[in-house]
Parts: sequence; C-alpha cells; structure tokens
Amino acid sequence: MTAPADPLAAHRHALADAGLLSPAGAAGLYGRTHAFERLVAGVETTMAQAAADAGATVVRFPPVIPAWVLERTGYLQSFPDLVGVVHTFRGGDDGHRRLVERLEGGEEWAEALEASGTALCSAACHPLYSWVPPKLPPGGALWDVYGWVFRSEPSPDPARMQAFRQYEVVFVGEPDGAVAHRDRWAEWALGLTRRLGLEARSQPANDPFFGRSGRLLAASQRQLGLKYEVVCPVGPEREAAVASANYHQDHFGTAFGLQDAGGDPAHSACFGLGPERLVLALLHAHGLDPARWPAPVLHHLGC
Amino acid sequence: MDELIRSVLGDHARLHVEATAVGDDQDLYSVGLTSHASVTVMLALEDAFGVEFPDSLLNRQTFSSVSRIRAALAELGVGAGPGDSPGLATGSGGR
Repeated sequence: MTAPADPLAAHRHALADAGLLSPAGAAGLYGRTHAFERLVAGVETTMAQAAADAGATVVRFPPVIPAWVLERTGYLQSFPDLVGVVHTFRGGDDGHRRLVERLEGGEEWAEALEASGTALCSAACHPLYSWVPPKLPPGGALWDVYGWVFRSEPSPDPARMQAFRQYEVVFVGEPDGAVAHRDRWAEWALGLTRRLGLEARSQPANDPFFGRSGRLLAASQRQLGLKYEVVCPVGPEREAAVASANYHQDHFGTAFGLQDAGGDPAHSACFGLGPERLVLALLHAHGLDPARWPAPVLHHLGC
Repeated sequence: MDELIRSVLGDHARLHVEATAVGDDQDLYSVGLTSHASVTVMLALEDAFGVEFPDSLLNRQTFSSVSRIRAALAELGVGAGPGDSPGLATGSGGR
C-alpha cells in the first residue's frame, strides 16, 4: 500500500499494516489485534501490580453508567461536547414501523430512539464515587479502577480515540493524602516511562473544559496546580499525555456526600493511565514490531 | 454596584457565610467559593450587569473578592458615574 501524504493517515495505515490497530468504521474507533492487546495486557499487569503494592482495592464497573452520575460529577456543565448518552427504542409497533421506514428510507433513524437514563462512561473513576462508603477511614482509602470510557471527539489521530481504556488509582480521604497521592503517582508514572525507554516529562496541565466558563475553570485548575500530565511522543511529530495525576479538592466528595474521618467533605485525587496511548508511545519509540523491542522493555511488560 | 455584587454572591457563590457580611477585600475562596461556583458567579454577574468578561479577566483572581469583582466590572465600564472610586477602576485585569 502506498503511504498517504497526510501524516495521521500514514500513521493509521502503518499501524494497520503492522497488524496492530485497524480503523473500525468511524473516526476514533479501532479494532485491536492480539499483538496490540498483548502489549495492553503488559501495561495492565504493571499497573495492577503497582496498585496492589499500594494497597488499592480492585473494583470494576461497566462502560455504561447511570446518566445521573454525569449530573453529579458536573461533567455535563464542564464537558458537554465530550458526553455520550445512550438512547434506546421504547416504542410499540407503530414506533417500530416508523423506525423501519426511516431506516429503509435512508433517513435519520436515531430520532426514533429515546434517552435511556444511562450514558457511556466518562472517566473510569466517575462510577466509583457513588460506590465508596460515605464515611472514609482515617488515612482515606485507595481504589484500583479500570475500564472503557467514551469521549465524543472524532479524530483522524490514532492517539485521540473516541473509546479507550483508563487504568486509574483513586484516593478518597483527607486533603493532604489526596495531594500526596497525586504527586506520588505522577512521579511513579514518570519512572515507568523511563523504565520503558520513553522520553517523557511531567508538566502542569488543565482539562479541556468547554466554552468561556471552561476558560475560567482551566485557568483556576492551572493556577492551583491541580493537574499534571506525563507527556511523550505517541506518533510522528505528535506528543500526548499518556497519564495524568489530578487533585480534585472536595469536588467529588461534596457532590457525592463523602466525608473524611474528621467529618469534613472528603478530598480525592486520581491517577489515570491510558494503556492505548502508552502502547502507541512504545510503538513509536521502539518500532512497530514488538518482537524487536529492547529486551528490558519486553521483560518489564511480561511479553 | 456593591449591593448587586453581594446579591449575586448570595445567590450563586455558595459561601459558608452571608454574602452581606463578607469584607470588601476578604478572599472569597477562603469562605467557600469553589472554582465551579465561580463560573456560576461569573455568568450571573454578566447577566446582572449586562457585560461579558473578556478572556483576560477569566481567571481566579477576578472573582476572589468583592473589591476585585468591582474593579473588574469597572474595567468593563460598569459604575463609571460620579461617586465611584477611581482607585478601584484600574489594575485588576489579567493578573
């Protein structure tokens, strides 16, 4: 196949030709091969071990959450452009007939569906906050959360997927514990990238809050130094965050009625790593044939 | 202008104290203003005073005290009539 001139298209083709990641019919959706998933599994194992060593409790949620979680987390206010809500068919025979007519007439059939009260998971840790006990023990508690998330940002860039996984280690408890958690894991992630032979750096960051109100939120987040990202090359001339460490203050604690051991609104912090992004970074750094990667890197990933 | 600012704060800032009791220069973040609540305050101030804060004023400091809010609004031409202190009308933007 001739390599296209567009660098992102060239990158997508190279990943597909190498038998790793194939476009799955819409921008930002990909099929993952066994070769790609073996690498993802290596990242998962590394994360799981680190989280277990830290004493984190494992919990898994489906990739679909109650829509009210989006309300409670403030996600709709902050990131309306990224939200994905599940619509389902709830009609009878008449509604079914109209749906099929629209379908067969090549019309927009999704209008025949209704909001179901569920949504695609917005961040791996978002379903956690309604699940943790409302009163945290002294010193807080730590969770290992892993799952699929959705972001409505169709892009030709393989490093900006619409559906991807997040591996998170989440602390809920006292403010100082939350800050320490964020800093400890940001440092850990930087160490991990170095052990994996990646040229990464940690830098202050902000979330992509929407609109004018978002500019105020982003400025506040940066001024308070709440978020750090571990950034490295993930493709030709393309850098992206492979992990982030975030201090939420009492945002989720207040929203979900969580209290620390002293009875104050609990503070939280999450460390999140994107396995797909990290694998793309590794493929960029070490080549598209993992069999030829440096032995220490493969050993580290258990491959 | 102060009365309206404090009324907006009372309705939207979710402070731990009464907005009428907040000192002019008191740090609103120290009495419960959160980043998310500051957004609501910002939008409510825009509605109340018929202004739009430019990007240079969309930062934490702008909404950090009654006096800072007053200065930001003055910068946008609010309350430029007689009796307003000119000292408050300058110098808060973009910091």
